Amino acid sequence: MEIPYTISTRPDTGLWNAKIGIWLFLASEVMLFGGLFSAYVFLRLDAQPGEWPHGLLNVPVGTMNTAILIMSSVTVVLAWAALKMRRYRAYWWYMLATIMCGVIFLFVKLYYEWPQKFEHYGVFIKPSALEKYERYLGNTRRTEKGMEPRIEISGHLHNPEALKDANVKEYEIGLDPVYVEPNNPANDRPHFLYVPPTDHIAKIEKEDVERIDSFGPWHSAYFASYFTITGLHGAHVLAGVLVFIYMWLPVSKKLYQRNPEHLANRVEVSGLFWHFVDLVWIFVFPLFYLL
Amino acid sequence: MDASSTFPAAAGHHDPHAPAGEHEHHELGFWRKYIFSTDHKVIGIQYGLCGLVFLFFGFSLMMIMRWQLAYPGQALPLLGKWLPYFFGANSMPDGKMTPEFYNSLGAMHGTIMIFLGVVPVAFAAFGNFVVPLQIGAPDMTFPKVNAASFWAFAVGGVIMLTSFFVPGGAAKSGWTSYVPLAAIADKGQGFHPIFNGQSLWLIGFIFLITSSLLGAVNFITTIIQLRAKGLTWMRLPFFVWAQFVTAFLLLLAFPPLEAAIVMQLMDRTAATSFFLPAGMIVNGTPVHISGGGSPLLWQHLFWFLGHPEVYVLILPAFGIVAEILANNSRKPLWGYKSLVFSVLVIGFLSFVVWAHHMWLTGMGSTVSAFFQTTTLLISIPSVIILSAFFISLWGGSIRFNVPMLWVTAFLPMFGIGGLTGIPLAFNSADLYLHDTYYVIAHFHYIVAPGTIFGLFAGIYYWFPKATGRTMNEFWGKVHFWPSLICMNVIFLPMFLQGMLGMHRRWYDGGQGWTLAGEHIWGLTGFQWNTPISWAAWVMGVAQIPFIINFFWSIKHGKKVNDNPWEATTLEWTAPSPPPHGNFVTTPIAYRGPYEYSLPGRDKDFTMQNEPVEPAERSRRATVEPVLVH
Repeated sequence: MEIPYTISTRPDTGLWNAKIGIWLFLASEVMLFGGLFSAYVFLRLDAQPGEWPHGLLNVPVGTMNTAILIMSSVTVVLAWAALKMRRYRAYWWYMLATIMCGVIFLFVKLYYEWPQKFEHYGVFIKPSALEKYERYLGNTRRTEKGMEPRIEISGHLHNPEALKDANVKEYEIGLDPVYVEPNNPANDRPHFLYVPPTDHIAKIEKEDVERIDSFGPWHSAYFASYFTITGLHGAHVLAGVLVFIYMWLPVSKKLYQRNPEHLANRVEVSGLFWHFVDLVWIFVFPLFYLL
Repeated sequence: MDASSTFPAAAGHHDPHAPAGEHEHHELGFWRKYIFSTDHKVIGIQYGLCGLVFLFFGFSLMMIMRWQLAYPGQALPLLGKWLPYFFGANSMPDGKMTPEFYNSLGAMHGTIMIFLGVVPVAFAAFGNFVVPLQIGAPDMTFPKVNAASFWAFAVGGVIMLTSFFVPGGAAKSGWTSYVPLAAIADKGQGFHPIFNGQSLWLIGFIFLITSSLLGAVNFITTIIQLRAKGLTWMRLPFFVWAQFVTAFLLLLAFPPLEAAIVMQLMDRTAATSFFLPAGMIVNGTPVHISGGGSPLLWQHLFWFLGHPEVYVLILPAFGIVAEILANNSRKPLWGYKSLVFSVLVIGFLSFVVWAHHMWLTGMGSTVSAFFQTTTLLISIPSVIILSAFFISLWGGSIRFNVPMLWVTAFLPMFGIGGLTGIPLAFNSADLYLHDTYYVIAHFHYIVAPGTIFGLFAGIYYWFPKATGRTMNEFWGKVHFWPSLICMNVIFLPMFLQGMLGMHRRWYDGGQGWTLAGEHIWGLTGFQWNTPISWAAWVMGVAQIPFIINFFWSIKHGKKVNDNPWEATTLEWTAPSPPPHGNFVTTPIAYRGPYEYSLPGRDKDFTMQNEPVEPAERSRRATVEPVLVH
């Protein structure tokens, strides 16, 4: 028994099965990420003044990753076109390029962007103690200018033992540049280029601290959404890479020799998925890195 | 184009020239044929059997709860001694139910009945078994994906069941898992960070959602791509339309819940606070909150699935009812087109009514007004469907066989369920009725004597197609009548209990509550729990004839021909049981699905694959100009 229209199109719909299947699957994926993005909107609109952080991500690296993903979307189309022209060698190289792009993207995410966040700490100051740290926060000027207040001081934690040891009375934070010059108008907006924490150490007494958290998902609704959405997106990238690897391995060459159109259809379908994953990133990038 | 080129290999097993190495030429082993099968019929039956077992299991949980409601604090006789061995020492010490165990039973009853019982049977089992046959297809478009769907479901089901046996027992925050309650439940001392009731509930759900996603994609693609030649959209049996819309609901409504489930899992394991409000204190200690969390967000995402889910439960039953109704009233289904458009409108509207589950959350009157309007709008197509069913009976020569009995019971029962929902659609009335037994009665009238009666009808109706034998008529009636009576004894008094203000989650059945002491029909609201509970237990017993009848008839039922009900749709042209690949000759549809009692014919049913003769063509051309090419 054979299922009709796996490779050829059905005359009245003009489509083969998997093409409908993938579009339906993508519709479902739109709803999945749609749910997450609407949660982002909901949480951001609900956030108290100063609670939603800005400019904590590395924009150049994010831009590079965006470019890599877009590039991979191009190479996967070229791979498909090569198959349509029955040029297997070209297909093989384009597919390899696509896989490499996906791997680089994941590598940057997992080994550079994410770990960097876990070493960074944010100290949330109790509302009553905000005045005390005015020289780091610059809230007087911000209030005059009608900007949201700063309620958090962030940077590199120089005495991690303070997290556990009750005898240590203060946190030593190697400040992010924003808190060194809080009144510098250049610091009103997030920087495009990444600026590492400075050597300027601020001592913050524990009793003034509401909570201290590293920049993990537990830090804020912002980072919670960031890690959930980029995590799920990363899982999709990984899935796409695995599928592409399968189609790039010799096992698919056999399919190509038997029925090249079948392999082309498979590449088209997984390419559609890949474009969707790319598209999700096109939303992730401005929402988390830029806005 | 002729039929054989439309379906190149559909009739392959009868073709001596079929290429070697095809499935037909070697027998599959037991495991590939019955367990890890990719045949849509086997998968449908697997789904059906698992779903029925889950339905009975979920019902049994409720039967245990009903003891606590009728006789709060008393030891459960006989069974009470054994349950602690099964559910753990903290479930029913000395046969007396603990509040935690009561909550577990309630949450898991809802979860199991809906997601592991009704959806698998109504959508996956009937859809898998019947839809490809009704559209004249050899199988689903993606048979392997279909098998993956079943196995994802099986894994999800096992995880849900396993959660009963982890320390602390199964999830206990209601089938809706409202936060912040659910986010802090089963956490801390004595609970494993992952292997605890609530986390397993969430993880199990991810598998169930994956399963329904794979199923939905497959169903829609199959219906679009594999319709037999001549089977145009308006010639599809209504059942196929119902499954088509249901598949879209599952496809699009489940993912936002998946998003919410991932977020709740993050809240439970990664210390985020998506759903936890600032300043929350649990057991006297402040919880780590990162700020900005919103419990309302969960409710929105949950009910964005939750409401379409209601239609996932009822639409397949509508489909089954339509088939059996037309078949047994020996008349075309009344208003086929309005039924199709109604079901499509329901599909669309069901995505914009979800917040009517949240009147009490204080969303604001503008939001409430919007959802109140859409909720009332959605009742219009529902009423059209039910009216069309009733009118279909008018003037028919009705055959009251067992499937038809269930269907005739379905109509008024669903009517009661639907009409009692209207007060809940108004937020002013709902303020009072919210979370009372009235709500329980309302939605159970829709899913229990509604959907589940439809499912029983479908099982009795399509059983001959799956086995070549009918189920026993007498024992079918022994199954039907007590079930019908008990259903009403169970749920009718609950409307009254609810109107007294009895809350649905009371552990003691309202024993200690004054208003539950008011009399209705000679019994207080609390005392009504006793007859309700007894009716539930009798109904449990009433399922025994069905179980025996079902398994006995597989081997010993009366042998029948391929079309025992003298039906018109394409599944009855296939052999019973259909072989792998389904049809002996690839079917071609020449006419609509319900051509019963066609004038000028010697029999009162004309099957879809019977060509239109010239005489009939000219006779019908006057009334139906676009009949056949």
